[in-house]
Amino acid sequence: MTVQVLLPGVLAALTGGEKHLAVDPTGDTLGDLLDALAAEHPLLGRRIRDETGQVRRFVNVYVDGDDVRFEGGLATKVRDGAEVQVLPSVAGG
Amino acid sequence: MTDLLAIGTRKGLWLARSDDDRRTWTLDGPHLLAQEVAAVSIDTRLPSPRVLAGIQYGHWGPTVMWSDDLGATWNESDHGAIRFPEDTGAALARVWQLRPDTADRPGVVWAGCEPHSLWRSTDGGSSFELVRGLHDHPHRPTWQPGGGGGAVHTVLPDPASDRVTIAMSTGGVYVSDDGGEKWEPRNRGITVNFGPDPLPEYGQCVHKVAVDAGDPDRLYAQNHFGVFRSDDAGVSWTSIAGGLPADFGFPIVSSPTTPGTAWVVPLVADMQRVPPDGRLRVHRTCDAGETWTELGEGLPDDAWIAVMRDAFCADAGDPTGIYVGTRDGCVYASADEGDHFSLVADHLPDVLTVRAAKLS
Repeated sequence: MTVQVLLPGVLAALTGGEKHLAVDPTGDTLGDLLDALAAEHPLLGRRIRDETGQVRRFVNVYVDGDDVRFEGGLATKVRDGAEVQVLPSVAGG
Repeated sequence: MTDLLAIGTRKGLWLARSDDDRRTWTLDGPHLLAQEVAAVSIDTRLPSPRVLAGIQYGHWGPTVMWSDDLGATWNESDHGAIRFPEDTGAALARVWQLRPDTADRPGVVWAGCEPHSLWRSTDGGSSFELVRGLHDHPHRPTWQPGGGGGAVHTVLPDPASDRVTIAMSTGGVYVSDDGGEKWEPRNRGITVNFGPDPLPEYGQCVHKVAVDAGDPDRLYAQNHFGVFRSDDAGVSWTSIAGGLPADFGFPIVSSPTTPGTAWVVPLVADMQRVPPDGRLRVHRTCDAGETWTELGEGLPDDAWIAVMRDAFCADAGDPTGIYVGTRDGCVYASADEGDHFSLVADHLPDVLTVRAAKLS
């Protein structure tokens, strides 16, 4: 299956300028998708998750518009054709 | 000869250069804009000096970056130069210290990090390995975070032996005599005011440690209350705070060339953490802490700010230069061991770290 991944502009430098990626995960969870994304783009993978695999505190991930923190986290199901958006949260100063 | 001063701030790195023996400085930056640079070092052992920076991308996590062309381009490892092994279950939170070893140990760079951990690189800082001896120490689960987080913030490899001295907030001073395999706490005499036992074996909030220029067994420590000296490689410590207007502070810097000489920046504490009467002053000892002299020419009054533990450093010049960075984004330089200061930069973000080097 293929999932559409949308990235903020600040991360596009890590994908050759692409803000819209088509990714083919080997499984059907968000964790599988992020594994596939990190295998192709390791720097991008590190920006989104730490070395334990957890999504960083100030990174938000949405699957078809739903914040995965309030869904199944990394176990959230990702369907064929889903849209996964990565955004920085409101933080900083 | 060029003097280079690296200035790490809450929102990026600046590089100041002087080509007239530190009389005037030219500021270059920002580099790594919007990234917190809590650790920086200039490795002059390489044909081209390498600037190493421990950065925090804000939203996107911490890592180590390096530049071999004085900031024109930056590099980082795809998988992260510092990465906790899977079995630890830990994740890097911040790089607090980057310390190139001696010229006799080319490529070796030490890193102190949060959570409490020590790392060693043998490739100039491109990749680091966790020092397992410290990670597996039975005390580690009881080391608590200070206000800034729990970290190894000081790493002092002995040039002439396998001894490595580290300091942690909290945790205190630990020493390994075999390059990092075995560690023992060395805090006897360093006081604690935030627990029931004023003299515990370990757990102290030691803010910074420096080594005397003439004696590798002589150490100076700025503690969370108290300034101390050890003459036996940390086995025992005695107070050298007499004569200082306040015994709290974050950094302590020793002269790289003159035995017995060190500097501190006293702050009123515990809650205020500002210079006494709001006057930013450096205090220097030339007799290993027996007496202190206040130095302030060129430093500001009405300066209600603090100097962080790594925002104070010395260079390898003759006479020794010292550099002070403040939380209100100013950097002051002295080319005469603190007798006179001049402003190198102002209106920067909070200064977290400064490091100086001479480039040939």
